[in-house]
Amino acid sequence: MAEIVALAEAVERAIHDGDAVAMEGFTHLIPFAAGQEVIRQRRRDLTLIRMTPDLIYDQLIGAGCARKLIFSWGGNPGVGSLHRFRDAVEHSWPVPLEIEEHSHAGMANRYVAGASGIPFAVLRGYNGTDLYRLETLNGGGGPVPTIKPIRCPFTGETLTAVSALRPDVAVIHAQRADRTGNVQLWGITGVQKEAVLASARSVVTVEEIVDELDPRPGAVVLPGWTVTFVAQARGGAHPSYALGYSIRDNDYYVAWDAIARDRETFTRWLDDQVYAVPAGQS
Amino acid sequence: MTSDADYTADEMMTVSAARALRDGMTCFVGIGLPSSAANLARATHAPSLVLIYESGTIGAKPDRLPLSIGDGMLAETADAVVSVPEIFNYWLQPGRIDVGFLGAAQIDKFGNINTTVIGGDYGSPKVRLPGAGGAPEIAASCREVIVVVRQHHRSFVERVDFVTSVGYGSGRGDRERLGLTGAGPKKIITDLGVLEPDPETLEFTLTGLYPGVSASAAKERTGWDLSIAADPEIIAAPTPAELDALRSFKHGAVPVGQARSHQ
Repeated sequence: MAEIVALAEAVERAIHDGDAVAMEGFTHLIPFAAGQEVIRQRRRDLTLIRMTPDLIYDQLIGAGCARKLIFSWGGNPGVGSLHRFRDAVEHSWPVPLEIEEHSHAGMANRYVAGASGIPFAVLRGYNGTDLYRLETLNGGGGPVPTIKPIRCPFTGETLTAVSALRPDVAVIHAQRADRTGNVQLWGITGVQKEAVLASARSVVTVEEIVDELDPRPGAVVLPGWTVTFVAQARGGAHPSYALGYSIRDNDYYVAWDAIARDRETFTRWLDDQVYAVPAGQS
Repeated sequence: MTSDADYTADEMMTVSAARALRDGMTCFVGIGLPSSAANLARATHAPSLVLIYESGTIGAKPDRLPLSIGDGMLAETADAVVSVPEIFNYWLQPGRIDVGFLGAAQIDKFGNINTTVIGGDYGSPKVRLPGAGGAPEIAASCREVIVVVRQHHRSFVERVDFVTSVGYGSGRGDRERLGLTGAGPKKIITDLGVLEPDPETLEFTLTGLYPGVSASAAKERTGWDLSIAADPEIIAAPTPAELDALRSFKHGAVPVGQARSHQ
């Protein structure tokens, strides 16, 4: 059964140096408050997993929390580049960043395999793309392959296998939980259910904790016994959307471009807006 | 573009792309230029266009341009909202979607798209781009693909630095050999005109130009030796209704009914 604790305690107990951490939320319900708490607790050598590493991973990467990034699209949605991500890949600042990249379909299926407790998933994809041959690049010194051809045992057709994702920790933000830790999220629900079920542990921040979860159309419910920690973090998805609670703070996304472009500006932002602020209030 | 035109090159490109969509089609929409064009089509000549975003919103009917694919308005106006694994596995992969509408950072003469890295080698690129997103499978599995991208000799290249999404590979027969189920890119719509694949070689050829744009200007802004169709179509300038609808998006609201009533 999920424990309901403060955000700082959830991060401290669930996420350790060197862990593989998946913070999901497909442009909606992005767990910013939890991500910034990870920065505040100065976690290091994380393998960060996320389909769309947007601003929250730009912040974690720039703060030096990550050793590796597993992803399928890294940009500032609707604005442009992630400058901290690019600086890490192009110039190894503040530390080198190993990358493992996929398409969205591949990443989604890797989570499905992890949630299903099987070692790989099958899809029709990647054929003809250079993503398929990353391990042969750099004179064979490329990354370990996570994409391979597989022959259908029934038809003989060749399809594509992708290896399962089994993160140590999933981190998501949801609209609500009840007092026993059952979690409810709705609107664009992305790949959060799969990420939580694929992971050994999970941290779920919520807008509010209520006595009873009345039904919502299209809602995903994660029973409390599938979740490790629930922490209330009102506005914990800010600046992203939280349907029914808040809309995207577009000015933040636009302003981020200038903050992240320059190492000094970014470092000052980290000091003022993350390290100097108590948990859950940045 | 003539200097006295009362519309911009980007507006002409967006209008041209919108016109490529027919009413009632199902369209998998990328954010940015493709989203503007698809929403313009829905606000003008294609009110029953089915907009599908990779965030899992099927039949979204936004009344303004979404800021991102996570915009709550997409979920609230959709016919159905599904998870991300489902949108790719059940909806895109089996070939249910008529047209994929994609952007590109770099594109080559066979319509292959690069949104991954430019220059250097993969491990230490000159420019790190956002990566694949949903594009590889959109390019593989939609019945056809339309690419909307500004034309420049550095981004329109002989061969892309990295194949993120496959067009026609190295030419005729490659899509069949790779087992890609969709027909591939049918048009590249740029800020100068329209390119379409040569029926024999599948190399992209200039087949349409906007008013006031010369074929030689298009050749100059192409990094491969661009072939020009015998008699390229001169594409009609945006109508006042198209421009009104497009400009109203930029001011926040898309008055769908109002834009349609101009038609």
